[in-house]
Amino acid sequence: MVVQALAFYLFATVAVLSATAVVTVRNPVHSVLLLILTFFNAAGLFVLLGAEFLAMLLVVVYVGAVAVLFLFVVMMLDINFVEMREGFLNYLPIGVLIALVLFVELAFVGAGWALSDDKVAVLAHPTPAGLTNVEALGQLIYTDYAYIFQAAGLVLLVAMIGAIVLTLRTREGVRRQKISEQVKRDRADTLEVKKVPVGRGI
Amino acid sequence: MELLWDGYIEPLVWIVAKILAIVVPLLVAVAYLTYAERKVIGAMQLRKGPNVVGPFGLLQPLADGLKLFLKETIVPTSANKGVFIIAPMLTFILAIIAWAVIPFDEGMVLADLNVGILYLFAISSLGVYGIVMAGWASNSKYAFLGALRSGAQMVSYEISIGLIIISVLLTTGSLNLSDIVRGQGGGIWEWNFIYHLPMFVVFIVSILAETNRAPFDLPEAEAELVSGYNVDYSAMTFALFFLGEYANMILMSGLCAVLFLGGWTAPLPVLDFIPGPIWFILKICFVLFIFLWVRATFPRYRYDQLMRLGWKVFLPLSFAWVMLVATFLVAFDKVPA
Repeated sequence: MVVQALAFYLFATVAVLSATAVVTVRNPVHSVLLLILTFFNAAGLFVLLGAEFLAMLLVVVYVGAVAVLFLFVVMMLDINFVEMREGFLNYLPIGVLIALVLFVELAFVGAGWALSDDKVAVLAHPTPAGLTNVEALGQLIYTDYAYIFQAAGLVLLVAMIGAIVLTLRTREGVRRQKISEQVKRDRADTLEVKKVPVGRGI
Repeated sequence: MELLWDGYIEPLVWIVAKILAIVVPLLVAVAYLTYAERKVIGAMQLRKGPNVVGPFGLLQPLADGLKLFLKETIVPTSANKGVFIIAPMLTFILAIIAWAVIPFDEGMVLADLNVGILYLFAISSLGVYGIVMAGWASNSKYAFLGALRSGAQMVSYEISIGLIIISVLLTTGSLNLSDIVRGQGGGIWEWNFIYHLPMFVVFIVSILAETNRAPFDLPEAEAELVSGYNVDYSAMTFALFFLGEYANMILMSGLCAVLFLGGWTAPLPVLDFIPGPIWFILKICFVLFIFLWVRATFPRYRYDQLMRLGWKVFLPLSFAWVMLVATFLVAFDKVPA
């Protein structure tokens, strides 16, 4: 148990510290890298909770895909670091307010669980015994709540199509490579063998 | 004291010993993979390859390693120092830790995770950071362009790799790498590459792109980008990138062997007397040979064609295959329990 406790404190400390650093460091690229470190430590905490599937998903989706795009965008921005710091104090009250609301919500959730008599029963869905959490999660998403899950998928699909429609432009006069046409071409279309008489040309 | 020894120190010593038993042969394999690469390509181009240092040039990789070790590590003045130093370390570490879940034989695995395949997928999706960080921290156009190309390429091909893994998982019914191998036991006709033959081909091509190897080695296109993301690196920092890249090649070959070529199992039941790890290593060597063969054979892809191949060909194809496999399994009531 000591090792678990140590690991918990390690992940938790690094997560909190790097999350703080995300909003305080000057360089936005460093911010993104620290955000990735935070995600990674959160994944570590998931592993300690026995939710290894969620941990891997967090790494694959957030660290492996979302944060990469994020990093791309931030790296390509041409930012003046001094200018970016200027509005810091103006935005501080709003930031603190949002943080406070989130903190209170979390505290309510935590207190509701800690103060109840039967702690396991309060959990929406305790992991059934004898199932790995991949199976338990699959049971939940694809059997118990299949329709809601499908609906969520449809919402995302609509969002994706919307983003594509908004950004799709066709410019005139762009020459594109049509691979199927190139493959269809045969020798007769492009080559012609001519006998050139000596001294006269074609 | 007794508790401390039995509970913590002894297991720790064991784990460290096991890790060393994987990492040391891996590094030797990396060194000799570079030798094999030069020899194989040399043979394909009717040259001799390295043949001066030691008998048949066998000491060449050691000489190269020594040279890199003795050179000076240069950090460019305009580089972002912290990130510049961390990037090669990250690349190397990620290439090493992924080996924790690879099963070499029945029960011969460092960490037998339930979600082993997801762990591998997660770790390999992190590989892009080492490269992007290196390109950005170098603060140079060539390095940055190389990193961007490489990043976009790795992210694109990861998707088709993920879908291929899903279709293999559908037929196996487990995320555990050992279970995936056990599902293919009994002979070559049980191996996944027969049932998933189109995906096996797509997978091989995708891992070429994922590891930034020829013909998809655009990040290091010498003709345009000098050498891409690692152009500003020297000595050991460069060596770490190099080791990471080759360790990743071996890892991807191992993954290919586990998913499609039956891992440690023998191709014919008669050959079961040969130990599992030998079969596994032979299969890795086979896939690695394909890597080298392709490098000696194909010219480099153009970047837009590379993206087209990933998004417009492989993605729909592997998606269709997932649906086909799922439909087949449900229709014929063959879903693994």
